[in-house]
Amino acid sequence: MNKPSILVIDDESQIRKLLAITLQSNNYSVIEAATGKEGIMSVSTHPPDLVLLDLGLPDENGHNILRHLREWFTNPIMIISVQTNEEDIVKALDNGANDYLIKPFRTGELLARIRSALRKAGTEPNNSVLKFQDISIDFANRIVKKDGSPIKLTATEYSLLSLLAHNDGKVLTHRYLLQQVWGVAHQNESQYLRVFVAQLRKKIESDPNRPSHIITESGIGYRFIGNPSTL
Amino acid sequence: MKKFLFSRSNIKKQFFISVSLVVATSLIGFTIQGFVGYRGVAFMLLVTVSILAMFLDIVPVLAASFLSALVWDFFFIPPRFTLTVGMAEDRILLLMYFVIAMINAALTNKIRMIEKAIKERDEKEKSVRFYNTLLNSLSHELRTPITTILGSTDNLQARSGKLSDADKEELINEISVASIRLNQQVENLLNMSRLESGVFRVKKDWCDINELVYKTLQRLEPKLQKYRLAVEIPDQLPLFKLDFGLMEQIIYNLIMNVTQHTPEDTLITIQADCVRDKLVLTLADNGTGFPQNEIDNVFEKFYRLKGSPTGGTGLGLSIVKGFVEAHHGTVRLENLPVRGSKFTIEIPTEKTYVTKLKNE
Repeated sequence: MNKPSILVIDDESQIRKLLAITLQSNNYSVIEAATGKEGIMSVSTHPPDLVLLDLGLPDENGHNILRHLREWFTNPIMIISVQTNEEDIVKALDNGANDYLIKPFRTGELLARIRSALRKAGTEPNNSVLKFQDISIDFANRIVKKDGSPIKLTATEYSLLSLLAHNDGKVLTHRYLLQQVWGVAHQNESQYLRVFVAQLRKKIESDPNRPSHIITESGIGYRFIGNPSTL
Repeated sequence: MKKFLFSRSNIKKQFFISVSLVVATSLIGFTIQGFVGYRGVAFMLLVTVSILAMFLDIVPVLAASFLSALVWDFFFIPPRFTLTVGMAEDRILLLMYFVIAMINAALTNKIRMIEKAIKERDEKEKSVRFYNTLLNSLSHELRTPITTILGSTDNLQARSGKLSDADKEELINEISVASIRLNQQVENLLNMSRLESGVFRVKKDWCDINELVYKTLQRLEPKLQKYRLAVEIPDQLPLFKLDFGLMEQIIYNLIMNVTQHTPEDTLITIQADCVRDKLVLTLADNGTGFPQNEIDNVFEKFYRLKGSPTGGTGLGLSIVKGFVEAHHGTVRLENLPVRGSKFTIEIPTEKTYVTKLKNE
């Protein structure tokens, strides 16, 4: 079987070594790049299945590299950053990054995010039914079931849930969710999003206060996790 | 030490006070000069100027001395309603009046300068003391975990063959615990420097308090397993405009503080409410409470209760205070009547009830 290949673009050799050991021992093949230039070269000659990109590279701004890569590269790009600056992360996500990790991150988290991003990249886009552990969404008939029994959702709740579920494992920014569900005119009215996420959680979560499907990413957005126990 | 009642920016106000007090004294003098005589009035004016000198800056006081001398001359010294002074002894008195008023102003000013110098020196000493505490605390809190990590890796590298599997596991566990602790300290230091950098911004957006509180609790789950929790948030609580990330850090630090200072099985109660235009957030525990004489110091940077366990830098609560104040809010701590203590955070901010969307 072909191992998925991961390109690590990070100027710190220690981090590259750590990631290489971690990823190789988990059955990924790893390519390393120490600079943005090297990284872009590598992606253009041997496109990897996934890119781990450090935002703080010495030779070029990580955001520029991301934009540059996104001109042709469609596989997942995951941002690694030492910055907890939410604006920076939101900017990267808006520029086409699939996910982000903040240093220091734990290995378990890293592997779960990579698995989820790669699974996403390989799924059939035309599937009319999404089935998760306790939730299923039948898009053709607009039926959402929890533990086998149908639950009633309003039109907005339904479109919010289907948008989230189509992006299983991925962080969606507040602005993106508002644009897609309520329209560009409402992209700053986050109060809608807060209220509908709360309502949706009451309907689909076993414990709405300790959600396992719709995860809050503080200051950034929401992440849907279809099958929480496989993480 | 006496406080300065007025700042420089209030110079107009100071002039106004000088002039009005001199005018008021003159009016009183005018009505009672039959009893006290015009020389008595001079003493009344002198007292007024002296009082002014105690509170105001030198320039308004000098103006008051000058004005009062003029008033005394014009309205009281015969011949009245002229600036001429009839008797020679009154001329000397007027001159002396003026000199005494000036000396008064100058001396008071000098005393105040000295006070200011002392205060500055005190502050300098305080900051040196503060810096020493900082270095002590930091070197201890950062070097302890680093020593653990280095020691453990040295052991693992050099004596790998001689260590039992259980020992190895123990050492690896030590490294892990030390790293988490180190990370926590660095996180606190970064937050503190973020606060003090001045480039720090509050990014407000609508927040669901329920989501905020539970999100924070989820992050703290491993720590909270041995504690009892009660969360009381009313269903109809509006959304508030706050910085979600900062609020999360505030609640996180408060809970961390409780877990550091109270025994296991302590009950932690978190309440949120909307009182007028304020979000009121309280976090209470039924632990041992704070020593009453230290309660005012807990929000100070690097302040640690006497005999508190290792693992903290004394930064957590000062970050809470900093982040709350960045929201223009207040935080206070009190001991509860029976047992335990309570933190109360009040933040004035916009709120909204989104109700009409229910059926969308």
